[in-house]
Amino acid sequence: MMHGTENQDEQGDRSLHTPKGSASRAPGSEADAPLLRLVGIDKSFPGVHALKNVSLDVYAGEVHVILGQNGAGKSTLIKTLYGAYAADRGYIEIEGRRVAVARPADASALGIAVIFQEFSLIPYLDIAQNIFLGREAAFSRFGLVDSAAMHAAARTILDGLGLDYDTHAYAADLGVAQQQMVEIAKALSQNARVLVMDEPTAAISERESDRLFQTIARLTEKRVAIVYISHRMKEVQMLGDRITILRDGAVVTSVLRDQKSQAEMVGAMIGRPSGSQLARTPRSPGEPVLLARDVNTAKLSDISIEILAGEVVGLAGLVGSGRTEVVRALFGADPIASGEIALFGSRALATLDRRVRAGMALLPEDRKREGLALPLDVRDNATVASLWRSFTSGWFSPAKAERDTRGLIAQLGIAAHGTRQSVHTLSGGNQQKVVLAKWLAAGSRLFLLDEPTRGVDVGAKAEIYRLIDQLVDGGAGVVVISSELPELVQLCDRAYVMRDHRIVGHLAGDQLTERAILELAVHQ
Amino acid sequence: MTIPATLDIRPSSLSPDAAALLGRFVLIVLIAGALTAVDPGFASVSNLLNMLRQASLLFLVASGLTLVIIGGGLDLSVGANLTLSACLAAAAIKTTGNPWYGVAVAIGAGTLIGYANGLMINRLQLPPFLATFGMLWVAQGIAYWFMAGQTIYGMPMSFRYFGTGFFLGVPLPIWITLVVCLACSILLHRTTFGREAYFMGANQTAALLSGVPVERRRLLLYVLSGLTAGIASLVYLARLNAAEPGIGEPLLLPAIAAVLVGGTSLFGGNGNIGGTALGAILLTIIVNGLNLLNVAATWHPFVNGAVVLVAIIADLVISRRRSGSG
Repeated sequence: MMHGTENQDEQGDRSLHTPKGSASRAPGSEADAPLLRLVGIDKSFPGVHALKNVSLDVYAGEVHVILGQNGAGKSTLIKTLYGAYAADRGYIEIEGRRVAVARPADASALGIAVIFQEFSLIPYLDIAQNIFLGREAAFSRFGLVDSAAMHAAARTILDGLGLDYDTHAYAADLGVAQQQMVEIAKALSQNARVLVMDEPTAAISERESDRLFQTIARLTEKRVAIVYISHRMKEVQMLGDRITILRDGAVVTSVLRDQKSQAEMVGAMIGRPSGSQLARTPRSPGEPVLLARDVNTAKLSDISIEILAGEVVGLAGLVGSGRTEVVRALFGADPIASGEIALFGSRALATLDRRVRAGMALLPEDRKREGLALPLDVRDNATVASLWRSFTSGWFSPAKAERDTRGLIAQLGIAAHGTRQSVHTLSGGNQQKVVLAKWLAAGSRLFLLDEPTRGVDVGAKAEIYRLIDQLVDGGAGVVVISSELPELVQLCDRAYVMRDHRIVGHLAGDQLTERAILELAVHQ
Repeated sequence: MTIPATLDIRPSSLSPDAAALLGRFVLIVLIAGALTAVDPGFASVSNLLNMLRQASLLFLVASGLTLVIIGGGLDLSVGANLTLSACLAAAAIKTTGNPWYGVAVAIGAGTLIGYANGLMINRLQLPPFLATFGMLWVAQGIAYWFMAGQTIYGMPMSFRYFGTGFFLGVPLPIWITLVVCLACSILLHRTTFGREAYFMGANQTAALLSGVPVERRRLLLYVLSGLTAGIASLVYLARLNAAEPGIGEPLLLPAIAAVLVGGTSLFGGNGNIGGTALGAILLTIIVNGLNLLNVAATWHPFVNGAVVLVAIIADLVISRRRSGSG
């Protein structure tokens, strides 16, 4: 079996991170010229201005943290740096020279390596083969790969990182953190001078994170520049020599460590001083429609939630915190391992179709894949969840379906030529309304809305808000998941905040602010 | 805005499905007309009825298959199901002398095989192709074991009536076909089960998340496919007057061809039973016409293949043009 470096240093030794601040090097001192500069990078996609005139200086031997909310532009920035996207404007400089990065291969040649959250190792190649994948020719002897030389070279690189992994081990047998280390080794073997890490601690344990931080310290000693994407405040303050905060595609501020407090950084990520949001009219909720107690699933821990009739409850948290998994478990789409769910006072509704018939509705995050049958028409889609209710005998009447659908089209203001238009020709907002129509027809009383306004235009957004209000006024319970914090704060009476697949907080009334949500949602 | 230079005379009230059916019907009439011109004997009542009787067997095998395919599945076991059901029914009739025992056995065996298919796909999460492909061999193997190299022949006349008899001057298999066709059509278009089947075929995940009890619906689809294979086995046995292993398997590919020529997509979510009926007739007429024109039998598969491809490509072109303009 393989061991990491824990035999050299006791794991969990916090002093490991202090070399960062030691006087032995002066990371990013302004006297040096930056190793990497992004100058005025601008990038738009249809309907989204993803990066707005972003400039960034990265110095050799420093850790430059990029901080921002979901959708702030972090991923787009990395992909532009890596040549996966072409910037509309702006350019990249390395050591003061302008360089063209049109393809990922260009970035590699310039010494820019990116370690994405999804690793790219080939499971049934060994570590040495993975490190030198595609570059085996360097070890060629008589037309064959000199395996011994390749393993020796891999050994040297791993030793340089303080890793004693067996270079003959298959990638498939490595843990997540070990795979990440091999990715780093692979990047270094390509003489990477700038190493970009996209939320590297998202999938690894704290102990493994400590080893990663040691490795980062070694790399900075070797004058490698690290661009570190994260939203974990603890890491940001521990690792970051320089911190750049992105919001809505633009650089808000770029500071040296200790120049800003954690609260100031959170404020800069949100952008508005808290308390500026619209006033909510308090609602008076009724009976519980849903009670979940200590629900555990393969992806969730100890979820306890209560939803009352006549209120909107938010499920807040970063992407990947388990929000979608919660609504899927409540809906019966994913099996639960333990815990209990009572719907409208009944615990007997075990299966998804029985929950739907009892009045539960799910508006899925991915409406095209999970909400609609795109080739079918508006009528087929709008009636599918209510067939059991509209046609109790099992005999289907096209005339009645037609009438019902016309009513729904009028009620929701769906812009369609008629009831027989196939839904794949509708706009995103109108498709979303068809999904809502389906549940209105089913007479649902508890709506689980997963990102209800994603990918819909401003007009449809306002109509969806209005519809949510109508549903709640009519006594329905509504759960809303949204990555847009202002939307969540505006819509919801209260909210549960999730982090790492569990609920870490509950905010109601005046406590429910963007800042409060974000402080709970990010790692402290 | 530009003023159209010509009047748009396309029948705008015709739904895409109706237009596709009409197109196939016109094609059949055209081919029949051309063959009559070559040989007036083609249009004789006896030849036409004989062809419809042949087509009816193909249709019966393809009818349940159409339901399964519309619902997003596939049933490769229909031919082997016919074989096994026919062999068991023949044995039941021979030993008891009562044709109704044969009817019960064929329908029971056919349905049971369909049920087993549905169960495997639901419980073991097997892809329909694999589950029914396996069932093809299992059913065939049981038939070989059961028959032990024998052929059962000589059914009583009261039973042979199913395949050779006439009612109001029309062969009984054609009546059976009409009843099955009507029943499938009502099932697809006038029951909630049918509407749910289309939705499942178009997007199974969305169907599940809309509260459609997908597994129960799927089980019923495979049971119906088994049932129609069982009915087809009775018609086949009554006409052939004999049962032996291997009689049904050659019908599998023509049955799939009839479904595809009928305009049902192999990916589910669209199509209809009338199309399959016309598809079966079209394929039968073509074989009949090739015989009439003295085309060597070695060329029949080639022509059938070409017809299947042309039908699929024509539907694709039309639907692309439709969605492109819409």
